[in-house]
Amino acid sequence: MKDDVILRTVARCMVPFILLFAFYVQAHGEISPGGGFQAGVIFASAFILIALAVGKEKAREKFKKKISDITCSLGLMIYAGIGFITVLCGGLFLEYGKLPFGSAQAGNHLGMIGIELGVGLAVASVMVTIFFEIARKDDD
Amino acid sequence: MINLMLLLFLVIIAIAAIQAKDILNSIMYLGAYSLFIALVWTELNAVDVAFTEAAVGAGVSGVFMIGALTRMNRFESSRERTGLAKYGPLFIVMVTAAMLFYATVDMPDYNNPEAPIHNHVAPYYIQNSESDTGSVNIVTSILASYRGFDTLGETSVVFTAAISVILLLRRRDKNER
Repeated sequence: MKDDVILRTVARCMVPFILLFAFYVQAHGEISPGGGFQAGVIFASAFILIALAVGKEKAREKFKKKISDITCSLGLMIYAGIGFITVLCGGLFLEYGKLPFGSAQAGNHLGMIGIELGVGLAVASVMVTIFFEIARKDDD
Repeated sequence: MINLMLLLFLVIIAIAAIQAKDILNSIMYLGAYSLFIALVWTELNAVDVAFTEAAVGAGVSGVFMIGALTRMNRFESSRERTGLAKYGPLFIVMVTAAMLFYATVDMPDYNNPEAPIHNHVAPYYIQNSESDTGSVNIVTSILASYRGFDTLGETSVVFTAAISVILLLRRRDKNER
């Protein structure tokens, strides 16, 4: 499939826009539909499109096994870590208002953006990992 | 009217997905099913759910299922079932459907403001979520703040899925080494 000129050209045109949309959904999760989960899936779908167009091995070089394994757990760690930071700052687990950003309002705001980032990172790298592991045919 | 049409389409696509002998066809029907149910969610004003359904159900899960299909047989086995194996599942489905229809009689009407779900925690979220959390989107404030533990659990589930897939499918690499 990777020799298909149409597929490769369309992928090359579409991927930047899909990635941009993923970042848009991620950043606007608080004021519009969307959030980390959807943004992660859209980000991963852009990556899968690259993998379909240029071949899995080349795409895997862009997002190596080691890195994606680390970012999988890093996303969850960001989420749980923010929870523990709020405990250290004297609040309850995941009580964002206690984060040291001045007011409780700002703490809530930035805390929610932070955990959405964690969710997005985890979901995107998990989806990419599952795709590469399932689609690997060379070991059959 | 449009609700009825969408629900009718859903039933037709579901039957088609079950009936298709070629599993690749079934996967495509399931993608179309997800797209239509996303439209139903939009019709019910649950835009966040519709967004997730469109991204996950109609987008990525189809790719995953096609990927899994490359590792197995594409066509369903043509072995005919007889007796209990054929009619047993039908009986169970019929009984379940009868119970569900019986349960829908007790459910409040669609759009009924007196329904218990609209009088319990929803008014609190609508009135206080912006001042409590500073987030304009009520869905995000519930997901990330009021129900932050649930979302943490959801993220752990996603992470566990990745670990399971890695453990199951990467085993061969170790043997080679």
